[in-house]
Amino acid sequence: MSPATNTVTRTPLLPPTRAEYCVIACAEAWRDNGEVLASPMGAVPSVGARLARRTFAPELLLTDGEAMLVGPDGSPEGWLPYRRHLTMVTGGRRHVMMGASQIDRFGNQNISCIGDWERPTRQLLGVRGAPVNTLNNPTSYWIPRHSTRVFVEKVDMVCGVGYDRVAEHPGAARFHRIPRVVSDLGVFDFATPDHSMRLASLHPGVTVEEVREATGFELTIPDEVPSTREPSPAELELIREVIDPQGLRDREVKG
Amino acid sequence: MTDKTMTPEDVVSRLRSEMTLGIGGWGSRRKPMALVRALLRSELTDLTVVSYGGPDVGMLAAAGKIRKLVAAFVTLDSIPLEPHFRAARQSGAFELMEVDEAMFMWGLHAAANRLPFIPVRAGIGSDVMRVNPGLRTVTSPYEDEATGIRETFVAMPALRMDAALVHVNRADRSGNGQYLGPDPYFDDLFCEAADHAYVSCERLVDRFDDAVPQTLLVNRHSVTGVVETPNGAHFTSCVPDHDRDEPFQKLYASTPWPEFAERFLYGDEKAYQSAVQAWHEERR
Repeated sequence: MSPATNTVTRTPLLPPTRAEYCVIACAEAWRDNGEVLASPMGAVPSVGARLARRTFAPELLLTDGEAMLVGPDGSPEGWLPYRRHLTMVTGGRRHVMMGASQIDRFGNQNISCIGDWERPTRQLLGVRGAPVNTLNNPTSYWIPRHSTRVFVEKVDMVCGVGYDRVAEHPGAARFHRIPRVVSDLGVFDFATPDHSMRLASLHPGVTVEEVREATGFELTIPDEVPSTREPSPAELELIREVIDPQGLRDREVKG
Repeated sequence: MTDKTMTPEDVVSRLRSEMTLGIGGWGSRRKPMALVRALLRSELTDLTVVSYGGPDVGMLAAAGKIRKLVAAFVTLDSIPLEPHFRAARQSGAFELMEVDEAMFMWGLHAAANRLPFIPVRAGIGSDVMRVNPGLRTVTSPYEDEATGIRETFVAMPALRMDAALVHVNRADRSGNGQYLGPDPYFDDLFCEAADHAYVSCERLVDRFDDAVPQTLLVNRHSVTGVVETPNGAHFTSCVPDHDRDEPFQKLYASTPWPEFAERFLYGDEKAYQSAVQAWHEERR
C-alpha cells in the first residue's frame, strides 16, 4: 500500500479515551528498562506492555500469561515456568506492574485481605508474590478506580513493601524501587525527599481537586502538574486495531 | 520392578487425620482433584494443607477438613477469588500460615534438601513477618563487597510434609511421572519434600520411549503410589489432555457447597465424572 492511498482511505481517528491515556501511562513505565521481563497484571497494563514492546522498548520480554516467553506475534522465544520466573524476580531482571486493593502514601500495598488479618471482613487473594517482588525488582502499580477506599492512610496488611518500611532494613532496601503508580486519574511517583507519593501527571480532563478528593492521604502536588502525554496516531491504531481490538481496556476504565 | 498402582481409596487409607499434606499444581491448574475428592469422601480431618491454592483448598475448606493452611494465595485463576476459601477465612475456620510465593518455593527446596531453612530476602519489611511470629531472621556471615553490610534475611523454614498429592499427564507403574503441559509447577519438589508421595495421572503407560527427556518430571524414588484417574484434574486444567472446564468451574464457584456436594460428590470418582457429563449434556 502506498502512503498516498493510506492517507486517502483512512478515517479520522477518534480522540483518545481515558483508558487509552492509562495505556500510555502504563507503557511509559517500561521505557528504557532494557532487556527485562515486563510483567503486567490487568488489562490496561497488558495492553501498555505490548504497546511498549512493539514501539519504543523492543528489547522487553513478554510472556503468554502461562510459561512461554513470546514475541509480539505470539511466537515462542523462551521458556519461563514459575520456578524460573521467580529467579527472574530475585535476579532483578523484571519490572512488574501489580494491582492494589489498598495502597498508602509510602507505597505499601495490600492484596491479601481487608480488616483484621486473624479474621478478615473480606478475604482477597493473599500476599501472592508482592513481598518478593518489592524487595527484588522494580514494582509499579495499576489502580483502575482511584478512590479513598484504595488510596488509604494505612493498609490493613502490608504485602508489597513501601519506602518507609523498607528504610528500616538497609540491607534489603538496595533493590527496592516503586517507579510509578498509574490510576484512572493520573500518574504518581515517590520523587519527594521522604519518598511519599507525589502527583506526577494528570490524565487530560482530570483536575487536581478530583485527585485530592479521591485520595485518602496527603499527596505532594507540585505547582505545575504536567499532563499525561498524548498517544501518537500510530500508537492509537496499534492499541485499537492490533493489540486490543476487543476493547478489554474499556472494560477496566470507563469513559 | 514394584508395581505401585493403587486406587484413590488406597491412597486415602494410608493417610491419617492431623497429617501435613502437600498438594501440587498451581491455582486452578493440574490439581490432583480425584485424590482431593477421595479425601472429601473420607473421615480424615484436622489436616495441615500446603498448597499453591486452588479449588483443592476451597473444597477441603468447605468440607471442614483443614485445621491449618500454608499458602501464598488461593485462586481459581479465571475467577480470582476462591469463594469457599474466602468464606472459611472470614469465619475464622482454620489457622493460616500466609507466606509469599517465593518463600513457599524455598520452603519446599529446604524440605527436599533436608535443610532446616533457606535464607530469603522476600518477607522482610512486609506483614508476613507480623502474621507469622514464628518466622525467624538470619544475618549473613559475609559482608556485601560494595556496601559492607551484612544483610538480614528471613530464615524460611522447611515445609516438610507427611504426604504429597500431585497429578501428571502420564505415569508408569513404578512411579515415574511425566508432564506434557507448559509448566511443571513444583510437583517434583512436593514429592521430594514429603515422606510419601502419591501421583495420579491421566493415563498409565508401560514405557516412555519417545519422551522428551525434560518432561519426565517425577522420579520413582520419591513416589509411594500411582493412581490412574482419567480426567482426574477436572475441573482444573491439565493440558494437553484437557483444558480447564470453565463453565463447570463457574458452577462450582456460584453454587452453595451443600448443593454442589449433593449433586456431584455423593459417590465415587466414576459417579463424579458421570454427574459432570450429565450436567454438560443438560446444558446443550
